[in-house]
Amino acid sequence: MIPVSHYLFLSLVLFAVGVVGVLTRRNVIIMLMSIELILNAVNINLVAFSRLYGSVDGQVFAIFVIADAAAEAAVGLGIILAFFRNRKTIHADEMHLLKW
Amino acid sequence: MHAFLQSVSAIAMPVLCAVVIVLVLPLLAGYIVLVERKVMAHMQARLGPMRVGPHGLLQPIADALKLVLKEDVIPMNADRMIFWFAPVISVTVALVAYSALPIGPAFQIADLNVGLLFIVAVSSLGIYGIVLGGWSSNSHYSLLGAMRSAAQLVSYEVAGGLALVSVLLLAGSLSMKEIVQAQLDQGVWFVFYVPFGFFIYLVASIAETNRAPFDLPEADSEIVAGYMTEYSGFRWALYFLAEYANVIIVAGVATTLFFGGWLRPLTRYRDHFPGTSVELLDVVPTLAMIALAVYCFRLAPEQPVRVQKRVMAAAGVKCLLFAAILLASLFGSDAVRQGVHGAFWFLVKVGAYIYCFMWFRFSFPRYRFDQLMRLSWQFLIPLALVNVIGVGVAIVLREKWDWNPFLSLVPTTLATLGFAAWLTAEESDFSDEAEGSAAGDAGEAAVNGGGE
Amino acid sequence: MVLANILFYFFALLAVGSSALMITRKNIVHAAVFLVTTLLATAGIFLQLEAEFLFVVQILVYAGGIMVLFVFVIMLVNLDIEMRAVRFNGQWKVAGALAFVLAMQVLTALWAGRKTFHLPAPPTALAAKNTEAVADALFSHFMLAFEVASILLLVAMIGAVVMGKRSAE
Repeated sequence: MIPVSHYLFLSLVLFAVGVVGVLTRRNVIIMLMSIELILNAVNINLVAFSRLYGSVDGQVFAIFVIADAAAEAAVGLGIILAFFRNRKTIHADEMHLLKW
Repeated sequence: MHAFLQSVSAIAMPVLCAVVIVLVLPLLAGYIVLVERKVMAHMQARLGPMRVGPHGLLQPIADALKLVLKEDVIPMNADRMIFWFAPVISVTVALVAYSALPIGPAFQIADLNVGLLFIVAVSSLGIYGIVLGGWSSNSHYSLLGAMRSAAQLVSYEVAGGLALVSVLLLAGSLSMKEIVQAQLDQGVWFVFYVPFGFFIYLVASIAETNRAPFDLPEADSEIVAGYMTEYSGFRWALYFLAEYANVIIVAGVATTLFFGGWLRPLTRYRDHFPGTSVELLDVVPTLAMIALAVYCFRLAPEQPVRVQKRVMAAAGVKCLLFAAILLASLFGSDAVRQGVHGAFWFLVKVGAYIYCFMWFRFSFPRYRFDQLMRLSWQFLIPLALVNVIGVGVAIVLREKWDWNPFLSLVPTTLATLGFAAWLTAEESDFSDEAEGSAAGDAGEAAVNGGGE
Repeated sequence: MVLANILFYFFALLAVGSSALMITRKNIVHAAVFLVTTLLATAGIFLQLEAEFLFVVQILVYAGGIMVLFVFVIMLVNLDIEMRAVRFNGQWKVAGALAFVLAMQVLTALWAGRKTFHLPAPPTALAAKNTEAVADALFSHFMLAFEVASILLLVAMIGAVVMGKRSAE
C-alpha cells in the first residue's frame, strides 16, 4: 500500500501545474483546460483519502466534482463560442470591452 | 521472488488471451470483409471476389499486402504528429475494449466488476481517432466528415447506453460474466424480456460503428470518405481494422446482454442420453458442423477448377475437425465442455448479429444527417428513457407484488410501444416543416456548413 | 501487490508529464490531446486506488465527453493566427513564482503537522463491491446533492444550447 502522502504530493503537483496554466496562458480555452486539471487534482486527493478511510464518501464527492466540471465546461465553452463569433479572438488580453 | 512468480502466473492466462486476440483479430477482420463482399454480391445477384484464391479466399491477404506496400502520403500542412496518432488511437481503443469481453466462460482477459461500463467507456474514446484524424488532414471535407461522425457517435452512445441500462436493471450487475449468469438463473435471454431495449441497442450500435444506413460520414458518394479521405495505405488499414473490431465488440456486447452470451438455447432442457451424462441438445453443435462438412464435400466435385475442389474438400475437413473437437469436449471435464461449447455458441450468435449488420447495409437507404440526429435525440432517447422507467416498474411489480416475470414486463412493453407509436405520429406531423430544430442547430452550426 | 505500486508511479509520472506538456503547447489541439492523456492517467490512479466505478466514470464522462466537447470547440475556433501568437502573457514569471510559493506553503503545512495526522491503518479489503457501495451512498445519504447535480446539469445543458445557437436570423 502506497502511503497517502504520495497521493497528496501528486495532487499538489497537478494543482500547481493547473494554477500556472490558468495564470500564464493567454488562450482562454487552455485556461479552461487548466481549470479542469485543477479539478482532477482535487479528485485524486478525494479518492486517495476515501481509500484510506475505507468509505465511499470521497468517491461520491468526486463524482459530483466531475458532474460539476462537465456543467462548467459546457457553459464556459458556449460563452467562448459566442464571444468568438462576435470578436474573432480567444485571447484573454483582448477581452477588455468592459475595462475602464 | 515467490511473490513475483505468483503475480506472473496470475497474469499469464490473461496475457495469453490478449496475445491471441491481437494476433487473430486483423485476420478475422479481413475475412469478415470478405464475407461482407460475398454477402453483398449474392444479395445483388452476382458472385463477388472469385479470382484471388479459390472463391476469393485469399482476397484479404492480397488486400493487406497491397495496403502495406502502398506509398505513404501525408497531405501538405497536415499536423504530422496527430496525423500519425489518430489511427493509432482508433485501433488501440478498439483492441482495449476486448479486455472485458467474454468469448465463452473461459476466455476473458479481465472479468471487471464494471466490465460493461468499461467497454462502453473505452469505445467512446474512439471518437478521438475520428475527430483528430479529420482535423489533422488539413482538408475541409475531412473536418466536416469528422465532425459529423463524432456528433453521430456521441448522440447514439447516449441512446445505446440507456438501452443497456434497462438490461442492467434485470441483471443486477455490471460484470459481463454475472449478466450471463443472471440470464442462466432467470432461464430466459434478456431479449425476450426487453425487446425494445434490444431494438434501441441494435439501431444505436449500427450508428456507433458508422455502418449503413448511418454511414453518411464515410460513404463514398457523400463526402468522399469523410475523415478517412486523406488516409491511404497502412494508416487506412488501421482505421478499417478499428471499424471492424468495433463491429465485433458491439456484436459481442449485444450477444452477452441480450442473447445469453455463451449459453446454449433452451438451457433448461437438460435431458440426457440414457446412460451417459451428455445432454441431448449438446450434440447440436457437432451435428451442425458435420452437416456443414457434408455440404462442403458435396460441393467439392462440382467445382470447375482442381484447386477449388481441393479447397472445398479442405474446408470440409476443417469442419469435421471442429465437429470432432466439439464431440470430444463433451466427454471432458465440465470446464472444458463449457469452455468449448460456450465459445461455439458465442461465436455463432456474434456471427448472426454481424450478418444482420451486413443485411441492413445492403437493404436500407442511407439516412441524411439531420434525419439521423433527429432519430437519435427525438426518438431513440425518449424511447430508451421510457423503457428504463418501464423496466423499473416491472421489477417493482416482480419483487414487491410477486408477479410472474414475463407478466410484469408486458405493461412495460405495451407502454413503450404506445410511446413509440405516439412519437412516430408526432414526427410525421412536423417532418414537413423547415429544418430549424434545435437538435440540428446547436453545436452543429458549423457542421452543416452551407446546408439548408 | 507490487504491480499495483509500480502502476501508481507510472500513472503519476504520466499525469505530471502530460500536464506539464499541456500548459506549454503552442498548438491548442496538442494541448487538448495531452489533457486527455492526463485524464486517462488519473483514471488509472483511480483504478489503482480500487475505485473502479470512478475509473469508468472518469473515462466515460471526463475523457470521453468533456474533452470531446473541448476538441469540438477548438476545431470551431481554430485560427491560424493562433499558432504564431504569443503563448504566455506578460506575467508568467510572477505566476510561476506564485505557484511555487503555494506549493511550498502546502508542503510546509503538511510537514509541520505530520505528527498530528491520525491516519488509521488502511483496510486491506473493502467490504462491498465498489459500484454497489457508491450507488448505496449516492441514493441514500447524498440524495439531495444528487438531485441538485441533475438540475445543475439540466441548467448547464440549456445554457450551452442557448449560448451555442446562432442569433435568430
